[in-house]
Amino acid sequence: MAKKKVGFYWCASCGGCEEAVVDLAEDLLAALEQIEIVFWPVAMDFKREDVEKMADGEIFATFINGAVRLSEQEEIVHLLRRKSQVIVAFGACSHMGGIPGLANGVQREQILDYYYHSGPTVETNGSVEPDPGITKKEHGFDLPEFYRHVRALDQVIDVDYYIPGCAPPPAIVKGALAQLLAEEPPPPGTVLASSHALCHECELNETKPAEGIRIKEFKRPHQVEKIDPNTCLLVQGLVCLGPVTRGGCGALCVKGRMPCTGCFGPLDGVQDFGAAALSFVASIIDSNDPHEIERILDEGIPDPLGTFYLYSLPKSLLFQKLLGRNGKKVAESRPRKEKVEA
Amino acid sequence: MAGRNGDLPRIGVYVCHCGTNIGGKVNVPEVVAFARTLPNVVVAREYKYMCSDPGQLLIKEDIQKLNINRVIVASCSPHLHEHTFRKATLEGGQNPYLFHMANIREHVSWVTDDPEKATEKAKAIIEAAVYRIQFHEPLESKQVPVNPDVLIVGGGIAGITAALTLANAGKKVYLVERESSIGGHMAKFDKTFPTLDCASCILTPKMTAVKDHPNIQLITYAEVLEVDGYVGNFTVKVKKKPRYVIEDRCIGCYVCVENCVYKTPKYPSEFDEGIGLRKPIYIPFPQAVPLVAVIDPETCIEFKSGRCPKKCQQACREVVGRDAIDFTQKEEILEIQVGAIVLATGFQTFDASRIPEYGYGRYPNVYTSLEIERLVNSSGPTGGEIVLRDGRKPRSVGIIHCVGSRDRNFNPWCSRVCCMYSLKLAHLVRERTGAEVYNFYIDMRTPGKGYEEFYEKLLHEGVHFIRGKVAEVTDWTINPEEAGRLVIRVEDSLIGVVRRIPVDMVILSVGLEPRADAEELRRLFNISCSAEGWFLERHPKLAPVSTYTDGVFIAGACQGPKDIPDTVAQAGAAAGEVLSLVDRGFIELEPNIAVIDARKCSGCHVCIALCPYSAISFNETENVAQINEALCKGCGVCVGACPSRAIHQQLFKDEQIMAEIEGLLMVE
Repeated sequence: MAKKKVGFYWCASCGGCEEAVVDLAEDLLAALEQIEIVFWPVAMDFKREDVEKMADGEIFATFINGAVRLSEQEEIVHLLRRKSQVIVAFGACSHMGGIPGLANGVQREQILDYYYHSGPTVETNGSVEPDPGITKKEHGFDLPEFYRHVRALDQVIDVDYYIPGCAPPPAIVKGALAQLLAEEPPPPGTVLASSHALCHECELNETKPAEGIRIKEFKRPHQVEKIDPNTCLLVQGLVCLGPVTRGGCGALCVKGRMPCTGCFGPLDGVQDFGAAALSFVASIIDSNDPHEIERILDEGIPDPLGTFYLYSLPKSLLFQKLLGRNGKKVAESRPRKEKVEA
Repeated sequence: MAGRNGDLPRIGVYVCHCGTNIGGKVNVPEVVAFARTLPNVVVAREYKYMCSDPGQLLIKEDIQKLNINRVIVASCSPHLHEHTFRKATLEGGQNPYLFHMANIREHVSWVTDDPEKATEKAKAIIEAAVYRIQFHEPLESKQVPVNPDVLIVGGGIAGITAALTLANAGKKVYLVERESSIGGHMAKFDKTFPTLDCASCILTPKMTAVKDHPNIQLITYAEVLEVDGYVGNFTVKVKKKPRYVIEDRCIGCYVCVENCVYKTPKYPSEFDEGIGLRKPIYIPFPQAVPLVAVIDPETCIEFKSGRCPKKCQQACREVVGRDAIDFTQKEEILEIQVGAIVLATGFQTFDASRIPEYGYGRYPNVYTSLEIERLVNSSGPTGGEIVLRDGRKPRSVGIIHCVGSRDRNFNPWCSRVCCMYSLKLAHLVRERTGAEVYNFYIDMRTPGKGYEEFYEKLLHEGVHFIRGKVAEVTDWTINPEEAGRLVIRVEDSLIGVVRRIPVDMVILSVGLEPRADAEELRRLFNISCSAEGWFLERHPKLAPVSTYTDGVFIAGACQGPKDIPDTVAQAGAAAGEVLSLVDRGFIELEPNIAVIDARKCSGCHVCIALCPYSAISFNETENVAQINEALCKGCGVCVGACPSRAIHQQLFKDEQIMAEIEGLLMVE
């Protein structure tokens, strides 16, 4: 049987997801019995032209990590979409926007201003901002455009599957590969991890009190003198997002005494991870006094955006409205609405 | 759009004119034409009154002839007619929950000025309903048993009447009264209008009957703290304040009062509106029920200093042999289970000192009408003799109507009883003192059986009537006739002159107001108040004693100002409503309960502590949460909190709500 052609690509990411592929170690070698890598800029010397020369749909599956913010990223993912039968969003950034997506919390102008003018380590005299037009004229090559917002992969192209995680643990990647190569692949749109929240597989779940959880004070990990490894972190007042986060990782962070920060994203049917997380956290606060509740939240969760939307800001309901959900589909069902410039 | 059950939705949309309520503002034919263009709408019709029999028949016929399997009625609030149309849907042969109501009256025609905008809004609301109803599923309602016991809050004439009616029908009644005796305002009155029969002669037997009734448990000096549960099955916590006298032992013999270290009464009596005095240990009035003494710890020396010889206790022990006084008594929390609740918490009178120009609190001879009620009462502090504070008999008396009522600065409403009780007081004052009596009125309002006749009678008794709103009551006098008296300055609007009427006594006919804590009470019992603060009835005409909270009924002046006959009638009505509820033995609950999808539940425990009905528990073997259907009330708290979206609420599923929002936003 001919080997299936597979590609890897990275957009706005830290490189951790590339590492996750390498972390497969011997399993990667085993996989190479079945697949043939035809594109992997980080590790192998293929160029864009090589992809362009391929026939449409020639690649079986391309794994794309990272969020999309540059025009170049957008062009290449569109190209890969054309050439691939299956597109897999790999890792939290391409799944939901990831940590780069937090940049949607500020204006593009603020970012450019900070990094090119007002940041404390920037010399301001005569600094210029990157400008596609000028660089082309003066240096003979193109700079990509820096878009107004960060988008998750499925806000740019249609995505068939998602491998969650920041970065995806080897077991998840291995399992996902097996599922994709199986006779009957899972239905499109599937997130290739558990269908239950993390608590379901967390060993500490049984330490929750039977009458439910009531919290008077939230703490950040450094504020707890000694985190008890044998008691649910939530019960200890740590904002563990296990209840709202898709499982499959084996509760690795919790085993390392760190609360879950939600990198596997929401469960099926949850429209907005941050809103669901906020709603559940608000639900377990042990007070009915508005002032006390405000104090508990202010003191315990000083950075709500970074707590609840650490990986998913572009996929929040607000940004879904602004950026479009599955870009094309929204445009079809709402012909009257103007398309927002990305 | 395929329906959830596999069948293709065939939607019927029925737009109601509601006479001109909707049709006068919304362009109904245009809305109907629009509804016909919506997805899966098979038929759209308009009708003058959809709630009428012919209106409902349209639905039934369309279900049978056109195979309609989803029904939308665009009319009034679901509070009013959801039940009507669900029933019509059922009678047509469809599951009643395949019906949805689009409110284009309260939400549109009544609140939107521009007819064009109103029409567009009606379209949007109907489109929302059309989108939503695609996701409706057939549901079954469930029955739960009703506890036949009843709680009545408030022991005035309303509460007493309701309690006796229910108890006579064989129901166990808990009557909770805040004061140390039942009787309410009526117990303070001397005579009642227009028949002038003695208030205590008709009230006291009823009070005693309450005390003696085997089916009534009287809980006085007590307040409701907490209400849990729902229609048919309420759990109520009642706080019983310590009266420092053991109720079962006290026989109301007054020996303790007589032996109190205070030889004479020194403190203003609450029951006597401060006109009379009482001791720290007292019985509020001789006909009190229960006839049990009470100690006021604010004024009792034992409580203030701990060094009282406690002669009252000694006397009770040694003279009467009852040993009923217990200075260590603590407040008690009782928990009672009932199926229905009647609120009969009454009213308070307008605080006359809020109108400084009438001089209440400044001039000793300016009284409120309630103070005069105590003064004319034969068992009151003066034995029924009408005297001024210095003991003189008044030679002329002015009665000012509408104090605080029908006044934009205070309460805009008419208090309904003041004209009549002012006439009654005019009659009594004139009868007992022979004084000249002046009534200052804006309009005389005497509708009621025998009321106009009573007014007519007073007109012939030589009582003066001056039409005009009193400007002020002053002690600034300008001639010898006025010297040392109070002068009422008023524009007599019938003759068009400003007059100065010198009088010895001024009676302010204070209006009726919602009680100061009506808002707290409203929250406690989860009912609504009108803007003025009166408890809101379910329908002003057709459901005057029901509230929007099933199982909670209202009676008497807590619902609005009313006189004794109306109050008694309403209390009877409330008792009747309670009987029709509890005698049925069960109630049907909406199937809007929460359901857990065990395949999605991660067992995270978040929902468990939230449930106000303790309906959620944790299944250790399955590692999932589970809901007790009989306990779930469909409040939706767990649904909102579930981080896994593993809980949904029937009739309020995500897909239904999202579709509704989508439909709402489709109209541009």
